[in-house]
Amino acid sequence: MNIITGIKDSLLVSLWFILLTFPIMVIRVNTIENVVEWRWRNMLLVGAGSFILSLVWRYLHKRKEAGGQESPDEPETVPLVRRILDTPRLLIPALIALGIALAVFPFTFSVYQVNIMITAIMFVVLGLGLNIVVGLAGLLDLGYVAFYAVGAYSYALLNYHYDVGFWIALPIGALLAFSAGILLGFPVLRLRGDYLAIVTLGFGEIIRLILENWNEFSFGPSGISNIDRPGFFGIDFSFREASIYIYFIMIGLCLFTIFVVNRLEKSRIGRAWIALREDEIACQAMGIDKTKTKLAAFALGATWAGMIGVVFAAKTTFINPASFTFMESAIILCIVVLGGMGSILGVMLAAIILILLPEYLRAFSDYRMIVFGACMVLMMVFRPQGLISGGRSIYQLNQAQKDLQKDP
Amino acid sequence: MDYFLELFVGGLTRGSIYALIALGYTMVYGIIQLINFAHGEIYMIGAFTALIVSSVLAMYGMEGISVLIISTVLAVMYSAAYGFTVEKIAYKPLRQAPRLSPLISAIGMSIFLQNYVLLAQTSDFLPFPSLIPEIDLPERYQHIIGSSELVIVSVTALVMIGLTIFIKFTKIGKAMRATAQDRSMAMLLGVNVNRVISNTFILGSALAAIGGVLIASHVGRINFYIGFIAGIKAFTTAVLGGIGSIPGAVLGGLVLGWTESFATGYISSDYEDVFSFVLLVVILIFKPTGLLGKTLVQKV
Repeated sequence: MNIITGIKDSLLVSLWFILLTFPIMVIRVNTIENVVEWRWRNMLLVGAGSFILSLVWRYLHKRKEAGGQESPDEPETVPLVRRILDTPRLLIPALIALGIALAVFPFTFSVYQVNIMITAIMFVVLGLGLNIVVGLAGLLDLGYVAFYAVGAYSYALLNYHYDVGFWIALPIGALLAFSAGILLGFPVLRLRGDYLAIVTLGFGEIIRLILENWNEFSFGPSGISNIDRPGFFGIDFSFREASIYIYFIMIGLCLFTIFVVNRLEKSRIGRAWIALREDEIACQAMGIDKTKTKLAAFALGATWAGMIGVVFAAKTTFINPASFTFMESAIILCIVVLGGMGSILGVMLAAIILILLPEYLRAFSDYRMIVFGACMVLMMVFRPQGLISGGRSIYQLNQAQKDLQKDP
Repeated sequence: MDYFLELFVGGLTRGSIYALIALGYTMVYGIIQLINFAHGEIYMIGAFTALIVSSVLAMYGMEGISVLIISTVLAVMYSAAYGFTVEKIAYKPLRQAPRLSPLISAIGMSIFLQNYVLLAQTSDFLPFPSLIPEIDLPERYQHIIGSSELVIVSVTALVMIGLTIFIKFTKIGKAMRATAQDRSMAMLLGVNVNRVISNTFILGSALAAIGGVLIASHVGRINFYIGFIAGIKAFTTAVLGGIGSIPGAVLGGLVLGWTESFATGYISSDYEDVFSFVLLVVILIFKPTGLLGKTLVQKV
């Protein structure tokens, strides 16, 4: 009975989608040669696809509803990753294996692979940085790429005009991005969540447009080339060696970020962020300075973007405004959402999946953004907590205290 | 003086279009407090549908005003259907979720729709046929106001009047206002809130499609990305006028249109979009409720 109505409904849904997508999927006009191309095959694809998706949607929905009712009594199914994390006996060998794999990687694979890996780790760090803003503090920042651009351009310009090296530019870039974060954050953080999203989006676009148009300052759309790679006490590296060097710099930065974010999360300010995310008014009633706390999150997130911006400029040795579009912000946001807001491990996993998969599935790279978009919607609908949800630190009572509670 | 008038008319035209798109944002925000990021994409889909339909009709030998009417009607219908579907998929399951969730889902939907059109159609700019018929104007005014500008401004004015009457006097309009005021109270009094929300999306999307067809035949070319910038600007318009307020959207559209027009005319045309973003930031800082918005008290 239930299945038949389900199939009937799904058929209706697929009919609706065939109608809905008809002009855009089926017809293509060539306005130059004045021919209409009818792509009837697409219609079949849409029909079949939406039928199957509708069945899956229905099934997931049912499961979600059922899950919502059972959960209080059901013993929590702990994901494998968290289980490994919680038992030191498994954790230490796992970490050692991961460390060895990461250390050996650049020497066994080609430069191409190493560069892809560098990009992936860069996005891990960017994701972790945005995670402070979006995941912990609950401030939707859609202009994150602006700070990334600030970092990249500050290194590129300093290097071009004053021949400043990578290691000096790294803290300067971070500092500049931090200041940009404070400058932007100060006026806009009084705004409510959705306004903030739009203003940061606008800010990201402003930065990109200025970089594109202010030729005297940023060399316009043609960008800046021949940026120095990071140096190591004046030793000249070959291209391969330089890539390996940047790889290890990124690993170092990534470890540093994980350490800092992990400490921050459990600190006083981290808990204030989470409280602010959950309920602003209750949080203020508890005596937390809303503006200061938000500003700290915003500026700290920006700092990481600035730092990675410097690394990005050093890695590609060429930057132009086209690298800093809204799509980059969207990808980083997608990483945070997919990984689970506020979860360090989830963000890392999501960054690696989202950056590596499209690289190795070149044939499907056109479909990358459409899949990102769909993922964001589906994650929000069916699994808002992300791949690996962020664990809350819980104070566990020991047996004696529990007994005490039971019969006082 | 003529240059000033030209810029004035240019600003008026832009402002009308922004207002048409902004109405969708404002109405949706008024009812479910959500920034519908996908709204710009709905407008883009409207323009694309009109382009496809009119090209197909033109190839089968149809001409003149009937092409304009058929393609506009189809564009409005399709945009409304897309708006309806987007709400059902991406927002309806998230009614009870924290505020950030539907917002992220909306961004996802926007990216999805953009790339859907990109993949199914093309990434190039497509020439959009000028559907609006030429009107003979006295020679004195021809270089100040063109026929498409005249049509845009008058259509917008008509739509606004129609919308005001619709919201004020029809049953659906009253239900919409009731839902915007207090959703749970409206529900208790027997208003089908889900249907009201659907209607709002349909109405807003239809208005966006009208804007899409008008601006596309005014500018003369479209691509899959036009919705993004238009969406941000329309949002700016809505915020400028006070989000949730329909006359505010019109006022905001005019202010934004004139700001852009005069700033590009007298200062620099490179920074056209920067001016509107700066205006947005300034308004949000000094008057977050917008020009005609009501102050909302945040409740626990």
